[in-house]
Amino acid sequence: MTETEVREPAERSLVQRMVAASTFWIALVLVVLCVLFSALRPDAFPTLFTLQTLLIEASVLLVLSVGMTFVIITAGIDLSVGSVLVFAGVVAATLMESLSGGDASDAGPGVVLAGLVAAVVGGGVWGLLNGLLVAMARIPPLIVTLGSFGAALGAAQLITDGVDVRTVPKALRDGLGFGQTLQVPHMVALAAVVTLAGAWLLHTTRFGRRTFAVGSNAEAARRAGIPVRGHLVRVYTGVGLLAGLAGFMSLAYFGTTTISGHSTDNLNAIAAVVLGGTSLFGGVGTVFGTVIGVFIPAVLTKGFVIVGVQQFWQPVAISAVLVAAVWFDQVRRRSRDRG
Amino acid sequence: MTGSGNGASPLLQARDLRKSYGSVQALRGASFDLAAGEVVALIGDNGAGKSTLVKCLSGVEQPDSGEILIDGAPVVLNSPTAARAHGIETAYQDLAVAPDLDPAANLFLGRELRRPGLLGALGMLDKAAMRREAAEQFSRLGVTLQDIDVPIGSLSGGQRQSVAVARSVVWASRVVFLDEPTAALGVVQRERVLDVVRKVRDTGIAVVLISHNMPEVLAVADRIEVLRLGARVARFTASDVTLEQLVGAMTGALTQEEER
Repeated sequence: MTETEVREPAERSLVQRMVAASTFWIALVLVVLCVLFSALRPDAFPTLFTLQTLLIEASVLLVLSVGMTFVIITAGIDLSVGSVLVFAGVVAATLMESLSGGDASDAGPGVVLAGLVAAVVGGGVWGLLNGLLVAMARIPPLIVTLGSFGAALGAAQLITDGVDVRTVPKALRDGLGFGQTLQVPHMVALAAVVTLAGAWLLHTTRFGRRTFAVGSNAEAARRAGIPVRGHLVRVYTGVGLLAGLAGFMSLAYFGTTTISGHSTDNLNAIAAVVLGGTSLFGGVGTVFGTVIGVFIPAVLTKGFVIVGVQQFWQPVAISAVLVAAVWFDQVRRRSRDRG
Repeated sequence: MTGSGNGASPLLQARDLRKSYGSVQALRGASFDLAAGEVVALIGDNGAGKSTLVKCLSGVEQPDSGEILIDGAPVVLNSPTAARAHGIETAYQDLAVAPDLDPAANLFLGRELRRPGLLGALGMLDKAAMRREAAEQFSRLGVTLQDIDVPIGSLSGGQRQSVAVARSVVWASRVVFLDEPTAALGVVQRERVLDVVRKVRDTGIAVVLISHNMPEVLAVADRIEVLRLGARVARFTASDVTLEQLVGAMTGALTQEEER
C-alpha cells in the first residue's frame, strides 16, 4: 500500500523530467536524422546491413564513452582513452603472439583469454595511474591525461618498435570481430552489455550517486563523509579498464593494433558524452544521453555517405551541434544559479 | 552574570585552540564549552574566528595545537566522519550541498540507504525509502518544498539553507553546529529554523548557533560565548545580558577573559 503511494508521483515526475532534460531533445535530433536519411534513400539507409555496420563501427567508441561519462560527471576529463586503447591492444597482441611462438593466427581460446586479461589489466594500470595523479597529487585531470595520452602511445610504440602487430588469433576475429548470433553482431552485444552495466552503476547504485555528488560539489561530498579521493581513483581506473576492453574489441575487429588510428578517439568520446547532455562542469549526465551522443555522429557519417553528401560535412555538422549543446548547458546553469 | 556551562556536565570542550592559515592567525588560543541540551550562541565580529572554530570542532579543519574534549576525554577529530561518529553534525555557512542532486539525495549524502538483500550488497540504492524518509523529516521540521524531485540548486536560497539545516539536525545525536543558519531566510522561514532549534534542544541535543543577528541570538540561546581576534573574550547567560554588553564584548570595549 505504501509502495503505490510513493510510486505514483515518482512516475509522473519521470515523464516531466524526460521532457525537461536536454537528452530528450538530442534524442529527437537523432530520430529526425534517421527519418530524414530513410526518406532520402529508402532503399539504402533503413536496411539491416546499414544498421549492423553502423552499430559495429560505433561499438568501440560506445565502450570508451560510457567510461568517459563517469569521468566527466566527476567534473574531470580523460584525454588518454585512445592511447590507452592502443596500448592495451598492443600488450594483448604481443602477449598472444609470444604465447603462440610468433604467429598468433591459429591460437586457441586459452591464448585469447590471456590476451583479454592483458588488455583489460594494461588499460586499468593507466587508469589507476591517472586516478592517483588526479586525486592524490591533485594535478588537473586535463594535464594528467594529456601526459598519459602521450606516454601510453609512446609505450605502445616502444613495445612494437612502432610497427603494427598483424597476427591476431582467427578465433578472436571470427568469434568477436565478425561473429553474430541471430543477426546480432557480438561486438554490438558486448558494447550493449557494457552500456547497460554502466547505466545500472551510474543511475541506481551508491557508487553512481557518489559520482554525481563528487562532481556536483566535491567539498560537500568530503564533508558528508564520502571518500572523494578514493572515489576518483576508482572512476579513473574504471575508464582505464573500459579503454583496455575497447582495445581488445578493436583488435578483434581490425585484426591489427591500428597504432596510428586512435589519436582522436578521446575527442570523439568527449563530444559524444557532451552531446548527450552530460555537463563538463560535473554533477549532471546520463548514460542514455551518451548513447545518443555516440550515434548522432555515426548516423551523420553513414547518412552522408549513402546520400552522397561529401562526408567532410560530418565534422562541421557535429561541431556545430556540440557547441550548441554546451551553450545550452551554460544557459541552464546560469539561469539556475541566479535562482 | 558569567555562566560557565550551567553547572551541567560538559559535553564538548575546546581548550586553547590555535590555527593559522599561512601568516593569518585565525584562532589564537580559543576555548569553548558546551553542555548537553543547551543552545549556545557563538558570536563575534567578522574575522573573529567563529567559522574556523566550528570547522575545527566538526573535523573539517585540524587545529595546529590545543585540545578538544568530549565528555571530558581528549579526542582527535581528523575528519568530518570522525566528528560524525561522535554525534556531531554541522550546517555550514557555505551550505556544502550538492546543487545537482535533489533534496532527498542531499539529506542522505554519504549515508545512502541501500536495498535489502543481494541488490543492496551490489550497491543498489533504495531511492523510494530515502524519498519517503526525506519527505517525512522535512515535514516534521517544517521545511516546505514545492517539489522534492528537482535539483537543490534550482531551489531558492532559503530553501537550500533549510535543507542544509535539516540535514544536520536529522543526523545529529549530540551536537549540532549551525553556521549562520538564517542568513538567507525570510521572516517566516527564520522563525521555523528557530523553532527547529528549540525542538532539537528539547530532545537533549546541544545546539551551537553562529549568528550576527543579536535579537535572534537573545531569543533562542541559553548562553552566549563571544569570540574576538581568535580567542574567547566573554561568556554570558542569555537571560541577564544586554545588547550593549554583547556589542561591547565583540568590539573589545568589555573583556572578561584574559587576552592572549
